[in-house]
Amino acid sequence: MAILRSKFSQFIASRHVAVAGFVLLAGCLSYGQTKNSCLDCHAALSDTLEVTQEKFSQDIHAQKGLTCASCHGGDPTADDPDKAMSPKAGWKGKIERSQIPPLCGSCHSDPAFMRQFNPGLRTDQLGQYHTSVHGKRLAAGDTKVAVCTDCHGVHDLRAPSDPRSTVNPVNVAKTCAHCHADASYMSGYSIPTDQFAKYNASVHHQALAERGDLSAPTCPTCHGNHGAAPPGIDRVENVCSNCHVFQAQMYEESSHKKAFQAASLPGCVVCHSNHAISHPTEAKLGTGPEAVCMRCHQPGDKCDQARANILADLVRLDKAIKSADQVLGLAESSGMEVSEARLAQDQARDSLTKARVTIHSFRTELVDQDIQAGLKVAAKNLQAGEVAMIERDRRRAGLGVSLIAIGMVLVGLWLYIKKIEGQEGL
Amino acid sequence: MMPRNPPRPKERADSNSEQRFESGNTRRQWIGLFLGGGLLASFASFIYPVLRYLIPPPVADLGGDEIVAAKVKELKPNSAKIFRFGSRPGLLILNSDGSYRALSATCTHLGCTVQYRSDLREIWCACHNGIYDLNGRNVSGPPPRPLTVFDVHLRGDEIVVSRKREA
Amino acid sequence: MFAAVRHWLDERFDWDDLTAPLRHKTVPTHGLSYWYFLGGITLFLFGIQVATGILLLLYYRPGANEAFESVQYIMTRVQFGWLIRSIHSWSANLMIFTAFAHMFSVLFLKAYRKPRELTWVSGMLLLFLVLGFGFSGYLLPWNTLAFFATKVGTEITGQVPVIGKPVMIFLRGGQEVTGATLTRFFGFHVAVLPGLATTLLLLHLLLVQRLGISVPPKLEAQWNANPSAKREMQFFPNFLLREMMAWYVALGVLGVLAAIFPWNLGVKADPFVPAPAGIKPEWYFLFMFQTFKLIPSRVWFIDGEVLGVLAFGLVGLLWLLLPFFESDQPSNTKRWITGLAVFALAYVAGMSVYGHLAK
Repeated sequence: MAILRSKFSQFIASRHVAVAGFVLLAGCLSYGQTKNSCLDCHAALSDTLEVTQEKFSQDIHAQKGLTCASCHGGDPTADDPDKAMSPKAGWKGKIERSQIPPLCGSCHSDPAFMRQFNPGLRTDQLGQYHTSVHGKRLAAGDTKVAVCTDCHGVHDLRAPSDPRSTVNPVNVAKTCAHCHADASYMSGYSIPTDQFAKYNASVHHQALAERGDLSAPTCPTCHGNHGAAPPGIDRVENVCSNCHVFQAQMYEESSHKKAFQAASLPGCVVCHSNHAISHPTEAKLGTGPEAVCMRCHQPGDKCDQARANILADLVRLDKAIKSADQVLGLAESSGMEVSEARLAQDQARDSLTKARVTIHSFRTELVDQDIQAGLKVAAKNLQAGEVAMIERDRRRAGLGVSLIAIGMVLVGLWLYIKKIEGQEGL
Repeated sequence: MMPRNPPRPKERADSNSEQRFESGNTRRQWIGLFLGGGLLASFASFIYPVLRYLIPPPVADLGGDEIVAAKVKELKPNSAKIFRFGSRPGLLILNSDGSYRALSATCTHLGCTVQYRSDLREIWCACHNGIYDLNGRNVSGPPPRPLTVFDVHLRGDEIVVSRKREA
Repeated sequence: MFAAVRHWLDERFDWDDLTAPLRHKTVPTHGLSYWYFLGGITLFLFGIQVATGILLLLYYRPGANEAFESVQYIMTRVQFGWLIRSIHSWSANLMIFTAFAHMFSVLFLKAYRKPRELTWVSGMLLLFLVLGFGFSGYLLPWNTLAFFATKVGTEITGQVPVIGKPVMIFLRGGQEVTGATLTRFFGFHVAVLPGLATTLLLLHLLLVQRLGISVPPKLEAQWNANPSAKREMQFFPNFLLREMMAWYVALGVLGVLAAIFPWNLGVKADPFVPAPAGIKPEWYFLFMFQTFKLIPSRVWFIDGEVLGVLAFGLVGLLWLLLPFFESDQPSNTKRWITGLAVFALAYVAGMSVYGHLAK
């Protein structure tokens, strides 16, 4: 405190005039607004002490009428820094990290208070935070963990629905990665730091960042935001099942659920991984490096055979759909109308998607059911395409016939002309 | 082909004129064959498609405006049926109070075909758990927009679904 | 048999007297005579349009809800519907091409000179009508391309000062392009334009009949000096037989195009979908479209598009009245007009190619 004061005196001594001028200007500009004299000086400071009017105007608390004093205490109406930052006026100075959650919670956990701003806003964040890894560690004295301001920002804090907010779904993974991807920062902890990199390679990230699908999961979706903690090996499939309902239902009733539980293996993660979730291809069912079944099963045993059958089925349907597509494409580019068959191809593709979901029952006969339905549709569409090609050929044959007739007329006319004009010569 | 040169000098030899008469005859035959036959064949190849065209096809209507989605006795109360409307699927629901509801069955999220959940009395998309109410409004999950609602009316024992009249 | 029919007609209508001019009609023969076919081919293609158009009318339904589906129906369910529709679309394009070619050939052969000024005027009006046919007919399948082409085209019309907006509203049947526009264009395409075209066509043919076929000036001078050098053929049957050959070739070309390159159906128009990127009008409007794209948005104090529309309008008007600028006397105007004609052809062709290749 004393250091700050002497520093401040030096500052005042050297820039007295500039500050006075600034105060005058700010005074004119802020005429009519809630007086916030703190910004008058702090706008001109540097590093962590810098808060400009421009920055603070983006803050949602400022927009709701709060001032610096609402959190830091002190007297915002006083222009004299000694009066403004006087402990008698309640000035707290820089808030200690361990004090930040209770400070935010002093409003945000008070439903009666929050109701005047946004009755729909939740008020259990602080309670949740106490159950989180961050909250528990903070209580144990670790101030390296995240507190409210680390994720939400401070002084230019935006509502989560604002696309520029650090906790908006499109941005929040980067916010978590700020610490969790920093290997040196996380060196004291026993958790990996590659989650962000892995997540960025995943289909979920692709859906969110490239397709803009806000329903795609990001860090807080699976880990929680205020009550952030890993789901736990025995719970992780519950999390996935929130969206991937069918797969989860089938897995629940399958042989693998019991087996994985007994081996203390995390449900979906064993085959699909948790962060680097890629688009599942037929390679997962194969025997190569990406194969998941063969990690546990022995080549040649009953399960290996079932795997091979399922894989063969999927490949067969995929091929059937592709070949029907090819013929239909050919027919279309030759000008034949095959829009109905094209539409019906969607049904076949739906069957394939369904079959890929049914894999999670780990029962060959169920997968086969879906495949057969799809094969029937694909076969019908292939036939439609072939019929269209036959029709195309018939048209060209008809064209050929008429061209021959036209050719005959042309020759006949030529000869006739020659004849009547030849006769004129006689 | 256009006669540019002056007329050819007339040849007088008798044998030549006889030859010319003979070749003239065969020439006339060839001309007759090509011209007459060709004209006939070409006219036939033009008239034949036109005549076939004039005959109305068996399916009298491809009116994209409306379609017969089902017959009256087909659905049980509190059940639904997928029907084809134009180039996309539609969903026809018979509510338990006897009224019909028809909507587009293409989910507004990523295009999967939705289904009717008779237990929950809602429309559900199996792909990502999107839920719509019976008015097509997207109430839960990823779908960003409601489903298009169609008009339904009964014609005899046919249930006719049509697009809402555009301005 | 023909003789018997002729006799029957002659007894009642003085048939021989009526058809005498036709039987005496001659066509000059010289190196450039081949160009004389173009008019007849255009007429033949117009006939094809009327015939296939009437056939299409049996199944087509105007109206935003049904138009696209009815064309789809014709293409997929009606027997040989694909053929009739594709021939109609291809023949339309070919006809516009031959109409332009006919106009340019008349221009270069200087057949518009006195006494054939009105033939030229009626012909130019027919050319405008043919473009109108193309513009109105293009919308009828009610697919995305047509919808936006119509939107842009009528928008440009609206740029004309003073009368532009009312004309645009008249064309569109409202402020925007809607189902009302479709109904209106249908009326233009099957009733208004055919009526006008038929009238003008009869006038045009009558004039050609009365005035005979023109010959390029140099040749005309030669033949006037030396009448025995004149070369002609009978219209009936000689020229007509050759004309028939050209028509049959056209039929063959149409058949090949319709069977091997059937006309696209496209996607049904949706007014709420944004215009697809790189939208362009049909090739016969490309030279105008490309010109508009190149005009800066403001020239002096005039809006660029307004300037473009006015410029084309002025050019069209001057083109219409071309024969009246050229007198009988030898003068520089003749060379100017020839030069202008060459420039015009190069411009239209060049801009069309440019417009086609540009993104």
